[in-house]
Amino acid sequence: MEASKVIHAIYTDDDVLMSAVKTVKAEKHHIEEIYTPFPVHGLDKAMGLAPTRIAIASFMYGCVGLAVAIVMMNFIMIKDWPQDIGGKPSFSYLENMPAFVPIMFELTVFFAAHLMVITFYLRSRMWPFKKAENPDPRTTDDHFLMEIAVHGNESELTSLLKETGAVEINIVDKDEDAH
Amino acid sequence: MIVLGVLGVGYGFMDANSVTEENISDVIAAEHHGGHGDDALTTEAHGDEHAEEAQGESHGESASHAEESHGDDAHGGMTEHEEHALHQIHNRPYSALYVAAFFFFMIALGVLAFYAIQYAAQAGWSPVLFRVMEGITSYVLPGGLIVLAIAFVADSHLFIWLREGTTTVGHENYDALVAGKSGWLNKTGFFIRGLIFLGGWSLYRHFSRKFSIAQDNADDNRNFKKNFRISAAFLVFYIYTESMMSWDWIMSVDPHWFSTLFGWYVFASMFVSGITVIAMITIYLKSKNLLEFVNDSHIHDLAKFMFGISIFWTYLWFSQFMLIWYSNIPEEVTYFVTRIEDYKLPFFGMLAMNFIFPLLLLMNSDYKRINWFVIMAGIVILCGHYVDVFNWIMPATVGPRWSIGIPEIGSILLFGGLFLLIVFWSLGKESLLAKGNPFIKESEHFHY
Repeated sequence: MEASKVIHAIYTDDDVLMSAVKTVKAEKHHIEEIYTPFPVHGLDKAMGLAPTRIAIASFMYGCVGLAVAIVMMNFIMIKDWPQDIGGKPSFSYLENMPAFVPIMFELTVFFAAHLMVITFYLRSRMWPFKKAENPDPRTTDDHFLMEIAVHGNESELTSLLKETGAVEINIVDKDEDAH
Repeated sequence: MIVLGVLGVGYGFMDANSVTEENISDVIAAEHHGGHGDDALTTEAHGDEHAEEAQGESHGESASHAEESHGDDAHGGMTEHEEHALHQIHNRPYSALYVAAFFFFMIALGVLAFYAIQYAAQAGWSPVLFRVMEGITSYVLPGGLIVLAIAFVADSHLFIWLREGTTTVGHENYDALVAGKSGWLNKTGFFIRGLIFLGGWSLYRHFSRKFSIAQDNADDNRNFKKNFRISAAFLVFYIYTESMMSWDWIMSVDPHWFSTLFGWYVFASMFVSGITVIAMITIYLKSKNLLEFVNDSHIHDLAKFMFGISIFWTYLWFSQFMLIWYSNIPEEVTYFVTRIEDYKLPFFGMLAMNFIFPLLLLMNSDYKRINWFVIMAGIVILCGHYVDVFNWIMPATVGPRWSIGIPEIGSILLFGGLFLLIVFWSLGKESLLAKGNPFIKESEHFHY
């Protein structure tokens, strides 16, 4: 299959990488992946990636946490055993609410934060014994790597990438098991 | 606006003074029966409030009666209740003026603190807004003097510790608790402190404006460095004086009550209203094409501050409320008892306006860039903080006889008009871009 061959263009500077991404996008080639040692500001915009929705997820998790706190304390403190503890009014949830606010707040934050982190791990497929998907170990240090699928247009792509300032261009068979 | 405001304030005073020792009994009777007589007071108050007032009186008044030590004898043929009610009615226009004057003054002072922080932190995003902030802070001096003048004229109408005989042993107004505080709470001290605070703030504002303008055409950064140094010094001075100002100007209307985090709480309120006004005036000027160098990201940053400081305000409000509610010590809990009984709607309404509304509106990152969204949220935040100031002053001066009627709205219009006049007059005096600031390039290209 054609698509199992990819071209790896390696850059040593993030500014060069950014302009290369723009050129490649302008030529309407599909960029499979870019590996960088650190976040390059604006790279996602240049690649045209969709914005993340993790903040929305977090907001909803926070609402769940708030609901859990309210239901839990309403049941324990008001419904199940409305004991008089130091004169606090346990007749209704609202009457005793100020005392519950610290817990409501903390549980909201707890749910929002932890569930969002777990969502992040799931969506980006990260876990402790995961095999690293790294095509070139230098990309974790000081090199940037752009991966483009080859559809029988090898020479054209190679010359285009050369022009954009790539220091090294490799055509490799893609290992499908890496994912 | 100013003319309308003056008319409203004048009406408020006439209205309050139309109730005198002779007709006070009729007024109270009318209040209790919820009647809509020809009486000036009833034309103003809304019908449904009478019911509340009548209920509130039995609780609120008995509590405050116990607090304030009235003499045993009634004066001039009035009963004690009538005398108390008359005081509250007479206090209303003074309090209305004071609340509005302090509200607009506090906006200018909040902006001054924000401005000093931007200098001291060497913020790279905000220099394009410096001239807008300088325009707003031009109200600090006149606004502060007005607040002090009102305090001077209103005297014991606002500050019960200024009543004659409060500190004289054996006098019918003698109040041992207040007398014990008279080392701090006395008229001379109050005004000397007030003038020192105001002097310090307006000196900083004067020099910082001067250096900021001098920097425009300077060929080195000397003026900027001076501004950096005086801003850092001002912030130290400010945080002490702001705290003492809040004891003097706000907390002392309830001289029996004290709270340690009150100064912070007042600061949060003034800071968030100040930032809101910066955002609103910036958006207004931008809509008139006077600030081409201000982009969405600047508005976004201001909206983030509005959002964050609103939550900070809520945190302090709740910390104060919850600690007092939880321990429920009678000598300090009366403060909230009177507010919850007589001011239920403003007290909890302001929580919705100052917390829940900005929390939900300004959480979304995209909404913070939409101008009309920021303006809408800003209007609600400003109204919320007006109610906040209202809740500080009114329960101590007019008690359950509050309403937001002609005296209050007139005062808002008067000081709102004055505020806008001074601010825009000052904005017109200098170029709106602080072009000599070393961070101005960064600020113009600020992008978030």
